[in-house]
Amino acid sequence: MKILVCVKQVPDTNEVRIDPVKGTLIRDGVPSILNPDDANALEAALMLKDKDPDVEIAVLTMGPPQAGYMLRECLAMGADEAYLLSDRAFGGADTCATSTTIAAGIRKVEGVDVIFAGRQAIDGDTAQVGPQVAQRLGIPVVTYVQSIRMDEDKVTVQRQMEDGYEVVEVKLPCLLTCVKELNEPRYMSVGGIVDAYQKDITVWNHMDVELDPADCGLNASPTQVFRSFTPPQKGKGEMLSGTVQEMAEALVGKLAEKHLV
Amino acid sequence: MAVNVIKEKCKGCTKCVKSCPFTSITMEEKKAVIGSGCTGCGQCVEACPFGAIEKSGDGKEAADLSAYRGVWVFAEQREGKLMQVAVELLGEGRKLAEEVGCELCAVLCGSGVEDLSGELFEYGADKVYYADAPELAQYTTDAYTKAIYEAITTYKPEIVLLGATHIGRDLGPCLAVRCNTGLTADCTRLEINRETKGIMQTRPAFGGNLMATIVCPNHRPQMSTVRPGVMEKAKRQEGRSGELVKLSVSFGENDIRTKVVEVVKSVKEMVSLTDADIIVSGGMGLGKPEGFELLKKLADRLGGTIAASRAAVDEGWIDHAYQVGQTGTTVKPKIYFACGISGAIQHAAGMQNSGLIVAVNTNENAPIFDIADIGIVGDLYKVIPAVLEELDN
Amino acid sequence: MAEAFFTEQHELIRRLAHDFAQKELTKEVLDKVEETETFPEEILNKMAKAGFFGIKIPKELGGQGADARSYVLVMEEIAKVSGVASIYVSSPNSLSGGPLLLAGNDEQKEKYLRPVVTGQKKLAFALTEPGAGSDAGSVAATAKKEGDHYVLNGRKCFITMAPLSDYAVVFAKTDVTKGNRGLSAFVLDMHGEGVSCGKPENKMGVIGCATSDIIMDNAIIPQEDRLGEEGDGFKIAMQTLNTGRLGVAAQSIGVASGCLEEAVKYARERKQFGRTIGSFQAISFMIADMATKLEAAKQLVYKAAYMMDTRQDATLNASMAKYFASEVCNEIAQKAVQIHGGYGFIKDYKIERMFRDCRVFTIYEGTSQVQQMVIGGRLLKK
Repeated sequence: MKILVCVKQVPDTNEVRIDPVKGTLIRDGVPSILNPDDANALEAALMLKDKDPDVEIAVLTMGPPQAGYMLRECLAMGADEAYLLSDRAFGGADTCATSTTIAAGIRKVEGVDVIFAGRQAIDGDTAQVGPQVAQRLGIPVVTYVQSIRMDEDKVTVQRQMEDGYEVVEVKLPCLLTCVKELNEPRYMSVGGIVDAYQKDITVWNHMDVELDPADCGLNASPTQVFRSFTPPQKGKGEMLSGTVQEMAEALVGKLAEKHLV
Repeated sequence: MAVNVIKEKCKGCTKCVKSCPFTSITMEEKKAVIGSGCTGCGQCVEACPFGAIEKSGDGKEAADLSAYRGVWVFAEQREGKLMQVAVELLGEGRKLAEEVGCELCAVLCGSGVEDLSGELFEYGADKVYYADAPELAQYTTDAYTKAIYEAITTYKPEIVLLGATHIGRDLGPCLAVRCNTGLTADCTRLEINRETKGIMQTRPAFGGNLMATIVCPNHRPQMSTVRPGVMEKAKRQEGRSGELVKLSVSFGENDIRTKVVEVVKSVKEMVSLTDADIIVSGGMGLGKPEGFELLKKLADRLGGTIAASRAAVDEGWIDHAYQVGQTGTTVKPKIYFACGISGAIQHAAGMQNSGLIVAVNTNENAPIFDIADIGIVGDLYKVIPAVLEELDN
Repeated sequence: MAEAFFTEQHELIRRLAHDFAQKELTKEVLDKVEETETFPEEILNKMAKAGFFGIKIPKELGGQGADARSYVLVMEEIAKVSGVASIYVSSPNSLSGGPLLLAGNDEQKEKYLRPVVTGQKKLAFALTEPGAGSDAGSVAATAKKEGDHYVLNGRKCFITMAPLSDYAVVFAKTDVTKGNRGLSAFVLDMHGEGVSCGKPENKMGVIGCATSDIIMDNAIIPQEDRLGEEGDGFKIAMQTLNTGRLGVAAQSIGVASGCLEEAVKYARERKQFGRTIGSFQAISFMIADMATKLEAAKQLVYKAAYMMDTRQDATLNASMAKYFASEVCNEIAQKAVQIHGGYGFIKDYKIERMFRDCRVFTIYEGTSQVQQMVIGGRLLKK
């Protein structure tokens, strides 16, 4: 069985800060990481490989050449092959155009039986690319997957809902998007990193995946960013002072004043 | 819209490099070069002191979009009950429809839930498109996508809004690909551009650090998912009615490729953070899962509910259903107590519209104090019991 | 990575160690280690899985097939968060794995090295004695050959991990008349007859990794468990220590980085006289000094590792790195405590533990004075 895992390199948004004076993003020193949900997707594939050594895992991403670093990370965790879709023509893509490119890339990878992806990436939080890739490939999709049981030609998953979960059966090939409750991603290993640098990363441009530049990137994106801005910061409120009792008294007083208690 | 560097004006100051949220600008021979990660967000345009970066339209001829009319709201129902977010969407949809000057419609899928159409009319829908089939009783991606896609191609709405629930965020992307149009996820604000009459969709990106306003100028329908709890609910007008349009749907053998074999409701008490008037929320500063028991005491005393930051959820101290923030629930209670929560932007994104924010934290420099209305520097294990005592007096 | 000595592969290894340390070695875990004086086995298992115990050991021997620089980076990142955790990393890679890698035959490597680098067994390095510290030649323990085995008698002291170990590499005299040349190395079964451990020492720092005496009272070691030939012991010990001191050097820059980070953080947050203390020149100059010395120490350590990886003689550089880095680390830790003021003196702040942990760095695996002897000796050699 061959599992393809869609991954994305993202800036660690937990490390991003806003310059309090200028109100701009402070990006210096923000590391690029493997998107957390994608790590869960990869771990799910690796766990299947642990049980069955015949499982092959390919990872695929779209991004600039630097994304190769993240693919090495995936290889070091235990993936077998890595594909990087990288082309200036892919740049500026919204989810719609991104899914076209990724679907074209997946078609070129031979023998894929099932596709795993993260639920969403932390830089955009859209959760759209996974289901859209499935639509373009014409295969069924299950999103928010929190457990996976793989059988011969079908897979049974738990699909997370706000108030519980559904048990869903789906035939292969299909695409599953994974949530963090699915598992705890493993660490790379030192030896895995050594091996990862012995492997080749396959890099494809728009011609390699047989796409017209008009169908990629900014050109093929129905949505456009009209403007972007840092969210307005709320003014600093009142800091209470005194002993714990005094502060508690002041707080309750203020709440009572506003008829909130 | 693409971003271009005007080489003659670029002085190589690297301000744009630092401003780019996507690490997409590099310097080559002391001139800025826009890389492939560019999303056209325009941060660099503002950052450039020399006016050397410009944003240009793509110059595409607009397609004929006039055939598309009306605002549609996906009336998500589960087990015959309308989801709150659908009512919120009707509230927002009404405003948009008025600005555009068109009708507001709801699209409802299910089996034997025709009664809900009355409710939808009362909440402001002028028309309800109703797809009734046994296959639609339980949500499946394939069945719902097919039914609504067919309705969209037949009736051509110009705007389609869905709730950003686990269902809406599954259905939306699939519909958008089928319709070959754009979709903007998790919008927190929607407006109509007075000139183009197009929708302007504002959403948090980059973990809430950046807000982006997205447009979809050349494709129809324009689609958005909207976070539950963000928009104001529509007011119910008893006895209001409208036109019910039944959609004809039928499914072939291979149309629905997933099978829901079981639905498990979590035995945990249902957390309704979006409806809560008072929320007492805890973070890493609790130090241990038992801390939530103390918060529960305060919440119970005030008739509210407890919640948590992502850090506390990640620690496994509390179920993720309680999570407030960018990747959790967006809340706007009357009072939000942030106890031992540092106030990372991801958390702030989910609670900063609360009526009154009270922060308790040992670190006087915690960012939470920047957004709090009332701040207390102190140990929550001392402060909260004191507040409880004070409330009893 | 800005440093000239590293490749992208090294950068990824640093990232692995960094993420591991941040995620696993939390303040709660480390406080508990101090309190209970034991290190959680569960974390050791995770370290083994991440390959931290066999970084430089070839893959065919169960190791990871990386290099000295990778070892330095893992040590640095782990030590930055926990000095004691880094001892568990250094041991199999260096002192306990070293003699087997240098002098072990294929069966010995298979039997002892593989389980150690894969984390199944622990192995201690037992050279020091009450009367033989820096002067390794004056070992008094004896190994008497009787038929196909040796009988060992003597007492080893300050042996790191001794009470936890399954085996120990011990050094004993096979010929008391020959001085250094009479020293031989053996693998001792710690659960064997005639072998016992003393009471664990009550240490100042690196708490959570028991250190004790090993007492050999007619302990039997089969002849096939001798490493190398009779009389090779001194050479094995010295070669092991030569490369082993790189580990302490890496620990030193790790702990020093941690101290600097804490000091900077505190100087930014702490307010006195209405401003952050970092805005006072007195504090900012201290920090500038700490950072500059740390950077110099790092470059020495990285260069020594680079020389080992490129098969150059690194004895001198490893000694310089160990000497300078461990001394500078103590200086940085001392200043970091000073910046913390009274809070640096209490256990609520990490800096108190770091200050105690690094004190041993100028002492073990060759004191600063021994390093000076090595360096001076090299330069003045005719």
